[in-house]
Amino acid sequence: MDTKEALFKYCLRLADNNLVLGHRLSELCSNGPILEEDIATTNIALDLIGQARHLYQYAAEVEGKGRTEDDLAYKRAEREFYNTLLSEQPNGDFAVTIARQFFIDVFDYYFYKELLNSKDERLKELAARAIKEVTYHLRHSTQWILRLGDGTEESHKRLQTAVDGLWMYTGELFEMNEVDEILIKEGIAPNLNDIKTKWESKVSEVLAESTITKPEDGWMQTGSRKGMHSEHLGYILAEMQYLQRAYPDAQW
Amino acid sequence: MSKQDNQWPLWEVFIQSKTGLPYKHAGSVHAPDKEMALQNARDVYTRRSEGTSIWVVLSDNIVASNPDDQEAFFDPANDKVYRHPTFYVMPEGAKHI
Repeated sequence: MDTKEALFKYCLRLADNNLVLGHRLSELCSNGPILEEDIATTNIALDLIGQARHLYQYAAEVEGKGRTEDDLAYKRAEREFYNTLLSEQPNGDFAVTIARQFFIDVFDYYFYKELLNSKDERLKELAARAIKEVTYHLRHSTQWILRLGDGTEESHKRLQTAVDGLWMYTGELFEMNEVDEILIKEGIAPNLNDIKTKWESKVSEVLAESTITKPEDGWMQTGSRKGMHSEHLGYILAEMQYLQRAYPDAQW
Repeated sequence: MSKQDNQWPLWEVFIQSKTGLPYKHAGSVHAPDKEMALQNARDVYTRRSEGTSIWVVLSDNIVASNPDDQEAFFDPANDKVYRHPTFYVMPEGAKHI
């Protein structure tokens, strides 16, 4: 694998993460628990899909085969998606939505901070834009973790269940493969081991404050770096890609 | 029998569109506490770059005039046109008054 191919796959991974999580959150549009939260969640979904678009555009340029951002989003099959299993997990109750969001927000926050030092100018620009959005996302999900964890008996129980249930998907956030190795050497991508340390410390701090017990690290789910997904991604793509599959190249 | 209101407290939202300008009432949000009120206000009322700063105030803390007092409060001003600064000759060359 050369640097170009690694960069292409790397951009796809980052874009897929944002697109799939953005899509999940968009499912809550008009279904939020309260009006204000409905708008907040939809705002975050839009931020993520915006980040995904920029990354797909860049991926398409790097690939240089004439594909567009839409081709990459709508015309790849499930096994060609590299988003984390965590990002595709269903919304569940509000505690699950918030726990999933919090784990990813903490990751994104430290990740994009590191990506600001990338030697790749485009990724650096993307990070500069994303970090402002992600800083707010993290603030939003952190405030909810604190309130649900340290809220009522019911909200505490639900959040603890959500955190316990999603924990096995968090290990995958920090998995690295050949793509990372090549790009770390070039100074383009951050080393996810460094992010992991920061992630663990932040997550421990917030969970402790919210009176939620941090689960023990046990067996961790894996697969997405190779395009292996949970059963949920197929349904997401079926819905997301339906129009382009049924009416190829349909235009507005 | 009145239905019990089980919603979170109501907060009034004021937004400053530019530094130096007064805060204008934008609307209201429900929120359990002040930090969430601020976040909700940000999410609901500043999505299209409407502001640079936000105030949120518990609606209960706002004292409003009573519509019944309208005559006594505001009508006496109607026949006092001299309170408007319209009887002065503008000095020549003063553009920004």
